[in-house]
Amino acid sequence: MSAPRDKFGRPIVVVTGMGVVTSLGAGKEDNWRRLTAGESGIKTVTRFPVDGLKSTMAGTVDFVTVDPVTSTGLTERLAEMATEEALAQAAIGGKADFPGPLFLAVAPVEVEWPQRLELGRAIGKTELSYDDMLRISGGGRYAKYHRRFMFGSVASHLAETFGTKGSPISLSTACASGATAIQLGVEAIRRGEADAALCVGTDGSVNPEAMVRFSLLSALSTQNDPPQAASKPFSKNRDGFVMAEGAGAMVLESYEAAIARGAKILGVVAGCGELTDSFHRTRSSPDGKPIIGCMRKTLADAGLEPEQIDHINAHGTSTPENDKMEYNTTAVVFGDHLPKIPVSSNKSMVGHTISAAGAVEAVFSLLTLEHQRIPPTINYEIPDPAILFDVVGNKARDAKVTAVMSNSFGFGGQNASLILTREPV
Amino acid sequence: MTEPKSAAKEVWITGIGIVSSLGEGLDAHWDALNEKKINVDDKRFAPYIVHPLAPVTFDAQIPKKGDQRQMEAWQRIGTYAAGLALESAGVKGNQEILGRMDMIVAAGGGERDLAVDVAIMTADAKGNSSPGFLNERLMNDLRPTLFLAQLSNLLAGNIAIVHGVCGTSRTFMGEEAASIDAARIALARIESGQSEIALVGAAHNGERKDLLVLYEFGDFNLKEKFAPVWQREGQSGFALGSAGCFLVLESREHAEARGAKPYAKLTKVVSDLAQRKQPGAVTKSLEALWPKLGVTAESGNVITGATGAEPVTSEEKAFLRQHPGFAVRATGTMFGHTLETQFPLGLALAALSLSRGALFPPNDPSGFEVEKAGSPDQIVVVGAGHWQGEGMALVEAVK
Repeated sequence: MSAPRDKFGRPIVVVTGMGVVTSLGAGKEDNWRRLTAGESGIKTVTRFPVDGLKSTMAGTVDFVTVDPVTSTGLTERLAEMATEEALAQAAIGGKADFPGPLFLAVAPVEVEWPQRLELGRAIGKTELSYDDMLRISGGGRYAKYHRRFMFGSVASHLAETFGTKGSPISLSTACASGATAIQLGVEAIRRGEADAALCVGTDGSVNPEAMVRFSLLSALSTQNDPPQAASKPFSKNRDGFVMAEGAGAMVLESYEAAIARGAKILGVVAGCGELTDSFHRTRSSPDGKPIIGCMRKTLADAGLEPEQIDHINAHGTSTPENDKMEYNTTAVVFGDHLPKIPVSSNKSMVGHTISAAGAVEAVFSLLTLEHQRIPPTINYEIPDPAILFDVVGNKARDAKVTAVMSNSFGFGGQNASLILTREPV
Repeated sequence: MTEPKSAAKEVWITGIGIVSSLGEGLDAHWDALNEKKINVDDKRFAPYIVHPLAPVTFDAQIPKKGDQRQMEAWQRIGTYAAGLALESAGVKGNQEILGRMDMIVAAGGGERDLAVDVAIMTADAKGNSSPGFLNERLMNDLRPTLFLAQLSNLLAGNIAIVHGVCGTSRTFMGEEAASIDAARIALARIESGQSEIALVGAAHNGERKDLLVLYEFGDFNLKEKFAPVWQREGQSGFALGSAGCFLVLESREHAEARGAKPYAKLTKVVSDLAQRKQPGAVTKSLEALWPKLGVTAESGNVITGATGAEPVTSEEKAFLRQHPGFAVRATGTMFGHTLETQFPLGLALAALSLSRGALFPPNDPSGFEVEKAGSPDQIVVVGAGHWQGEGMALVEAVK
């Protein structure tokens, strides 16, 4: 490898540890094996009754349970598992002594239904009001729920468990959160504030209200049967995304620090970019300019030309609007080079892990670079004729991959992209 | 450190927007603070006390009714305050600047539909809830766009839509600490040249029963009788306050190039997360942060967001007592506790005081806050979260 600084004179940021949990399994090995075999982790939800729901499937992580049952508790546990794996691989710091800050992409937190109903039942009346709830909430009986339902609770727990330094940052940029967490880590290392950063995206929030909320916005697929076939990015008959759970964790280090301690370098975060869309709360600007600008900013940040990207790990949610918009904008950015870029969406198999997606997909992008093999986009039976991507349909493809662009777009006009490479560029 | 210290750019506060229980805008707040005004409502949520938002004509900053309808109160408050900040910085409507302006918002979430919650809990308590009951009620009764009014990152989203701030958009969460870190990261990015101009702030609607329930779990709410922050020993707690506060931060070069005047300079923001398992952990954490600010004088000024909840308020007081030359002002007495908004509010009032050449008067019958004559050069802003997170900033006059 070359000099410890990139072409802009900034510290090069490398990845020395990764961990991942999705509905396909815990750990990189299981996930990679099943991902490249084209297996789906989507199934009919059994965690709670689905009666009355329009969408009844999700990529839930059912092999992990928490007590008491809360989405925030599961979110925390998934983050912990992914982080343990990443730290074991990086072999950095002592036990519970990670030598840098934590940037955590996490879903917004609020009191959840099992706990709300528990309170309602404890009131002992049949006509209830919030004032009744208030009357019984204090006195220490529910003190644990204060901590559980603080927005900072997951980060606080991780910071204590892994001994990260300073004030941990919990962030949300909706479906782009995981990418933003990585971007914040990259920026901190480039500023010279830290030699290492722990960047985690996590989401365990498949619960009735979360599904209803996305359902009411008509964002979810309703092709419930069979559930594994519902998520079909870039297909003509796609009709929405499938909610899912998971976590991705990355140990970032300056190249210099990683080399100095003899760490194995798994890849490089060569560039990050983001650009806000102010068009609408849930829809992209019809001209696609913010997404185009986001990808171009990311290329510029990495100091790469479009021709140097040889794989795109797409946001590819399987919603009618996203996939079309993603194609139209990518076509503008990559022009004549686009047909040479194989494109794939991990969400066809693991679903949309929302706050975790950017981090989970960054891990998969680095595994793609490591194995020189691109995971497929499954359920690609009826290609959308308006989307002329070279989709890696249904079967994994061996390919020479040197630089991957991973895209994430979210509600609230959030656009973020990452460029990951095997070697410093 | 791999970046040379001397390369750090000077960062100015060039825009301030505040709306709170005391009114809106800088003059209204300066007058209210000097008149020692406090606006509390002890009836509407009795026995809980809140500092309600002063009457605001949202149309002035959010002209489209359609936009207002898409927002919950906290988003309207924040979008309004953000507009005031942009106006005060002289960049409102300046598409060239707004299109590349970075934004970090510290946010909680929006209010639930209390009627829907209560109807479901009532049915459940009566025992007539079938397996799909919760799903069906939520599917039928929730307003489809309510989710967007609750989502944390949609305050930033609304600011982008209404005001056109669309360089970058990041939302930090995690109660009081979220906004301390928002200011810290925005400052670090501008100092290092990663950003030139940023909008940073938060908003809070304290007039919410669902939030009272959440804080009641931990017995954090002030009940029955209002008392200033330093006089709550017998009956600790915070009175939730409604407020929005945003700041425009920019590099000195960027401000000078466009002829913008500074209110003050943001010199330093530091933060930490103490594991509060031993008594005195907060005092120790604040003591460890203090030397990182670079304040060498024996006397000065502190604006704190002390909540009034225990044990954190007493622990912070013990820290402040170790710096007896510093005149203290607690914003919690006048504004209530505004969670994520408390730290930006402290920064805003520090910048306002420096620009007006005076620290506003004490509002504390206990005598812990003392009069301070003269024109301040430096003001330290302190924030210690009600359950976690500690931070500090140094705001200085621009000479």
